[in-house]
Amino acid sequence: MKSNPIPSLTRLLATGLVAAISALTMATASYADGYPDRPIGVMVAYSPGGATDFQARVATLASAKLDKEEQPVSIGQPIYVTNKPGAGGRKGWNWFAEKAPTDGYMLAAYNVPHFIAQSIVFDTKYNIGNLEPVGNWGADPAVLIVGKDSPFNTAQDLVEFAKGNPGKLTVSGAGKFVGHHIAFLQLAKASATDMQYVPGKGGVGALKLVKGGQVKAGFNNLSDSARAGDDIKILAVADLERHEFLPDVPTFRELGIDVDNSSVNFRGLMVPAGTDQAIIDFLAEKVPVMFGDNKTLGKMKQTNSPVRIMNRDEVIAMWQERQAALTELLATLKDE
Amino acid sequence: MEFLTHFDKVFTLYHIGLLLGGTLAGLVLGALPGLSPTMAVALMIPFTFHMEPASGLILLGAMYTSTVAGGAISAILVNVPGAPANIATALDGHNMANQGRAAEALQYCFISSFTGGLIGILVLIFFTPPLAELALRFGPSELFWIAIMGITIIGTIGSSSVVKGLLAGLFGLALSTIGDNPMLGEERFVFSEHLESGVHIVVALIGLFAIPQVFTLFANAAEDDQSTVHKLGQSRLFQSIRYNLSRFRALCIGSLIGTVVGIIPGAGGQIAGLVAYDQTRKTSKDPDKFGQGEPDGIIAAESANNAMVGPSLVPLLTLSIPGSPTAAVLLGGLLIHGLFPGPDLFSIHGETTWTFINSLLVAQFFMVVIGLFLSQHSGLIMKVPGHYMAAVILVLAVFGTYSIQSSYSDVLIMMLLGIFMYFASRFGYGPAPLVLGIILGPIAEDNFLQGKLIGESGDGLFSYFTSGPINLILISLCIGSIVYSIYSSRKSKTAD
Repeated sequence: MKSNPIPSLTRLLATGLVAAISALTMATASYADGYPDRPIGVMVAYSPGGATDFQARVATLASAKLDKEEQPVSIGQPIYVTNKPGAGGRKGWNWFAEKAPTDGYMLAAYNVPHFIAQSIVFDTKYNIGNLEPVGNWGADPAVLIVGKDSPFNTAQDLVEFAKGNPGKLTVSGAGKFVGHHIAFLQLAKASATDMQYVPGKGGVGALKLVKGGQVKAGFNNLSDSARAGDDIKILAVADLERHEFLPDVPTFRELGIDVDNSSVNFRGLMVPAGTDQAIIDFLAEKVPVMFGDNKTLGKMKQTNSPVRIMNRDEVIAMWQERQAALTELLATLKDE
Repeated sequence: MEFLTHFDKVFTLYHIGLLLGGTLAGLVLGALPGLSPTMAVALMIPFTFHMEPASGLILLGAMYTSTVAGGAISAILVNVPGAPANIATALDGHNMANQGRAAEALQYCFISSFTGGLIGILVLIFFTPPLAELALRFGPSELFWIAIMGITIIGTIGSSSVVKGLLAGLFGLALSTIGDNPMLGEERFVFSEHLESGVHIVVALIGLFAIPQVFTLFANAAEDDQSTVHKLGQSRLFQSIRYNLSRFRALCIGSLIGTVVGIIPGAGGQIAGLVAYDQTRKTSKDPDKFGQGEPDGIIAAESANNAMVGPSLVPLLTLSIPGSPTAAVLLGGLLIHGLFPGPDLFSIHGETTWTFINSLLVAQFFMVVIGLFLSQHSGLIMKVPGHYMAAVILVLAVFGTYSIQSSYSDVLIMMLLGIFMYFASRFGYGPAPLVLGIILGPIAEDNFLQGKLIGESGDGLFSYFTSGPINLILISLCIGSIVYSIYSSRKSKTAD
């Protein structure tokens, strides 16, 4: 059989394509080789001074650290934080997904479940599909709290009260569609009771409502609540296991109330989709090492910031799990 | 008297250096529009990561105190308040500067800041435990009435008539509803993506005050290109001090209101100056002089916003609940060193805490000395020709606005509001009631919504908002404020 010109053209095209692709990958490989050669930014979608901003600054302290042989321990370049607050984080994350450079020099801090819940409820430009996590540094579970003079001493007391008095149990939290709100929805659903959620002005505002006795109970950050000492009683942790900061406080599941870890506030770093795979791989390898620096961990412990270091694959799995759980939970809310 | 035993740590060479540097930097940063005290302290916190706890806190404390006073410098000299807290200062301060009494106005500003600041810190030192209990009793219903009380003074501040003041205030309230409301979990009036995060209070402040000033300066420069902004005037420091301290009533009202507003978490220290200004005017023999360069206006406003600093730390240090937005940022500065608010702060960490509080006391002295020195020499600014000044203000306004949230939308909003205000001011509308509307709108709305949810699941909406001694006192103050306004306008009409 004679060779006709068409296959040879295909072959030519194929060869060309292979050459082009290999040239492209070589180019990017060499590009990634030099990465990073200048300081890297981290966009925080909340105001300076807030918990996320503050922890992001501490978590990235060790980025430029060198070992004894003057070799970089993790990323090898300093990291600076830039704040784009507004609309509960949506302003910054919208910008990040749509307009941030994909050259690996602009990372962003994520807050789960906030950004995932927002991408389900609102018309956002971001979702778990167009963001690529590179590592997780912290996990702050929501805890159920009451004031120190409250008649309630256990989570069951609260649920009993709510059953007898529909709509009378006021529960504060940091706002709508944040971890505290998710935990509240789960508690109301699991106990089949009618409770009243009172969104506060951020976590601090919600804590104030509980301490001042204006609401009967509240969900708040484990870190802030553990610090509050005798001012409040902590009844239960919305996580799968007890927390090292509060070894005596049971989880909801231990108490027979089906509230899982969907409301845990995870914090970590991500890059926009479209970033070169070599850069993602580089960051995925180095970022958890940076979080694990001894001095950083010391500062985190000192500030009562609960650390949970996770690598890229673990975060991807966690995001997908949350996406499924939150879609189901928030769907019932939308129908109301 | 435990605090007396902890002064030795303040007077080390290093700490005095930090106090001096912090105060000086704070005065300069405070005078720049956009760099509010909250921003300045937030930007400083990463620098304290590597410092000793006491040193870091001394730096932050000095910055906090002096940025609040620094905002008055630009308010007086160029009619652009450095932060929302200094709006009331601009009302009379800039008029005094226009009359060639800028140095005098600045001296009143710093002497009153010092007096108010000192009283505030002393309240912090001596009355922390009982006041912390009081702070917790201000819940949504109480904060709602405080916001309403603020709204009752909107009509009488900085506009040519009450009706115009109210209209401007109403427009401000309307602007404050734009954007995301975390309480409702909804976006409102976001017809353009630039409005996504609403109208930020400092963005509005810069737009409404700085941009009309830029236009005015350019317009005047075209008429007479040799024109300077205004004369500094003679400076007679000791006379100023004597006169300032003799204005006992204004100082007392300012310091008292500043202290009370500072303690109440969520009321926003931003309104302390305006409320004090209004009360001083209402109780004055000559209320008509206010707004035309009356020293009492500056004295009341500046003593109030500095008296707020100390008490705003009361609920922060004891209950971990900040009394002002800046105190909220300071919380991060405490936590990074493992200093958790609560009883431990005054026992286990007593030495660091008292060193910090004492340094705030010492910082007041640094502030007044440096401030008075600067006011003697602020003539350098006043000699700058108007069109250069306008250009500088414009650059700072754009730069300052962008830096708040790294947002280009904010710059657009700032310019639009500024152009709008330039024309509106020609018809007698003032920027102060508009900004006040933007500040008070969210406080009133958010607390009403919270109170509504709490009230409806309790004894009912009406009884929730009208029961309890604090609510009743606040309601009677609101009524009193309205009745007095009607009474005084009737009186001045019959006098005409």
